[in-house]
Amino acid sequence: MSIVKTRATAESGLTPAQRDDLRVIAAMMIPASAEYGVPGADDPAIQADILATLGRDTMRVREALDHIARLAGSPLAALDPIRREVVAKAFRASGGVAAATLVRVVLQCYYRDDRVLRSLGLEPRPPFPKGHALEQGDWSLLEPVKARPSVWRRAP
Amino acid sequence: MGTDCPQVATACGSETFEMNDPVDVLIIGAGASGAAIAWSLAETRMHILCLEQGGWMNPAAYPSTGRDWEARFYGDYSPSPNIRARPEDYPINDDNSPIKVVNFNGVGGSTVMYTAHFPRLHPSDFRVKTLDGVADDWPIDYETLAPFFTENDRMMGVSGLSGDPAFPPREPPPMPPLPLGKSGVLLAKAMNKLGWHWWPSDTTVATLDYEGRARCINLGHCTPGCAQGAKASTDITYWPAALRAGVELRTHCRVREITTNEHGMASGVVYYDKDGVEQFQPAEVVVIACNGIGTPRLLLNSASARFPNGLANSSGLVGKNLMFHPYAQVYGYVEEETDSNRAPPTCLWSKEFYETDLSRGFVRGYAIQFGRGVGPIMEAVMSEAKGVLPWGADHHRVFRRLNGHRLALAAICEDLPEEHNRVTLDPVLKDSHGIPAPRVDYAISENSAKMMEHGIARAGEILAAAGATDICVNSPILYGGWHLLGTARMGTDPELSVVNEWGRSHDVKNLFIVDGSVFVTSGGVNPTSTIQAIALYIADQMKRRLANLFD
Repeated sequence: MSIVKTRATAESGLTPAQRDDLRVIAAMMIPASAEYGVPGADDPAIQADILATLGRDTMRVREALDHIARLAGSPLAALDPIRREVVAKAFRASGGVAAATLVRVVLQCYYRDDRVLRSLGLEPRPPFPKGHALEQGDWSLLEPVKARPSVWRRAP
Repeated sequence: MGTDCPQVATACGSETFEMNDPVDVLIIGAGASGAAIAWSLAETRMHILCLEQGGWMNPAAYPSTGRDWEARFYGDYSPSPNIRARPEDYPINDDNSPIKVVNFNGVGGSTVMYTAHFPRLHPSDFRVKTLDGVADDWPIDYETLAPFFTENDRMMGVSGLSGDPAFPPREPPPMPPLPLGKSGVLLAKAMNKLGWHWWPSDTTVATLDYEGRARCINLGHCTPGCAQGAKASTDITYWPAALRAGVELRTHCRVREITTNEHGMASGVVYYDKDGVEQFQPAEVVVIACNGIGTPRLLLNSASARFPNGLANSSGLVGKNLMFHPYAQVYGYVEEETDSNRAPPTCLWSKEFYETDLSRGFVRGYAIQFGRGVGPIMEAVMSEAKGVLPWGADHHRVFRRLNGHRLALAAICEDLPEEHNRVTLDPVLKDSHGIPAPRVDYAISENSAKMMEHGIARAGEILAAAGATDICVNSPILYGGWHLLGTARMGTDPELSVVNEWGRSHDVKNLFIVDGSVFVTSGGVNPTSTIQAIALYIADQMKRRLANLFD
């Protein structure tokens, strides 16, 4: 996505350790897929987008990453895959609004990435000004409804 | 503006303000109802001033113009004022409510941020006591409002189709309905299979070029503002016409209180201007158009020695009988491709379960509002939260099955008035000007809960008939408090209502309320069309009575 800015890592308000955990948890959510030809959510451009646009979500995301750190007891990347999975499940189950915010922040940056959108068959562009085509559909479907007697309730 | 500094009796005692020239009519709020009454009264050639706490919207800055269009729904274009927290928003303590208030503050009000679904209340909605023995009848009826519905349809620019067997005969809307699209066809087939009523929705999305508005090009992200200008919000419908007719609109002006004089009449308002400076604006007539939360907040904040329980509150009903429409939303996924976010979310409605049938276990009923789908980010966020979209290797396969395959519908349940559902002033929370914020205490009634369960079950049958799987339920929709009704109800008895049958306060003879606060009951449909018809009706009543308006 074009709004990615590399300076974001320095301005995101997250510590290097938090950025590392964010990258790892994002990859656990959405790993890269050769089958679909898409990057994972730990992709550098997507991570840069996340950090550049945290904005009003920064506090909640920090809170979520603190929660992960408490659950993991060490950097996520240092855990074996089974232990990491346990931490991730516990995080999602017990993380409340902060966890939901972190998940949403990852998803909203992932699903606006040009490569991801193209793989879904979507054009990477804003809705305006091009818009979309909407087919009329089969209006004959309305005929049985039109044939119904009036059903509205009379009021005195 | 004059130069003398009058003493004004306010809630704080006696204060001195810079003097503004008096106006004939002062309207507070430039949203759905404020715009409509301003336009209608303009023909009187009176000096009409509207004070609006927000500013003019810039469609070029609406979310659909940028690549972050979906993400902004969770931020500066959230429907929740508490999340959005723009400078013009005021906070609302809705912790004690399972339904959170959503609104928008600016010229156009919440019409900037509505889905443009535009049904009218039914004739039976005005006679619930007579027909069903619950709540109260309105002091007006559908026939009284009918010409104003028509006028409002023309001003807002309604697209739709006449001939609905679930509604009284009426004139054709100005524009043809939105296309059925892929989603509409799937839903229509399902409804026909069940033999249940459906009809293309009335909507204020222009399907033709209309009165300077360009036709819809299916941006799809209609709710947080239409960059094309196809969706009718009053900043692009009523307001241009009202301003051309001479109405004055002052933006970024937040009213703190309505003042009264020694005769118990409204004398004007105290407001904070765009620079935060307190001003006093004298007026002969004050009209409140601040919605079912903002209006009781303002009346309660206007308490004085003469009106210790709040202005216009001798009945004690200001802020009470708050009605939302509890929404029971159900959605699922079909194999076929749906319209997703590539069309307006408004699509079809059904009134199959609208009227009372006591065999269902509840009184009154609900409309069903059908939706076309959502964009990829919203799909991912909602599905992940529901546990439908997994983390890990299977994420991509599942997402491709979900994205662009959603069909959604919601039961819009009629909420009956209950005094314990109310708006009061929060003892702690204040807005950026230090004005006490509203607090909402609300619980879903047993009748509404039964109605929602019924709606969920029927929605499941509809989705099953459409071949949908992975059915999900949001009941109530948490951020679903769009419709803010009943907190300054109309009636003929001053002990049982706040305003009379033409919107004038029983207590203060030059004070009018024209927004959803005056609803006696809520019906089971989106209320904006009816709110605006009532505002036009009240304007008409005022014009007919100009010679003896205060008698």
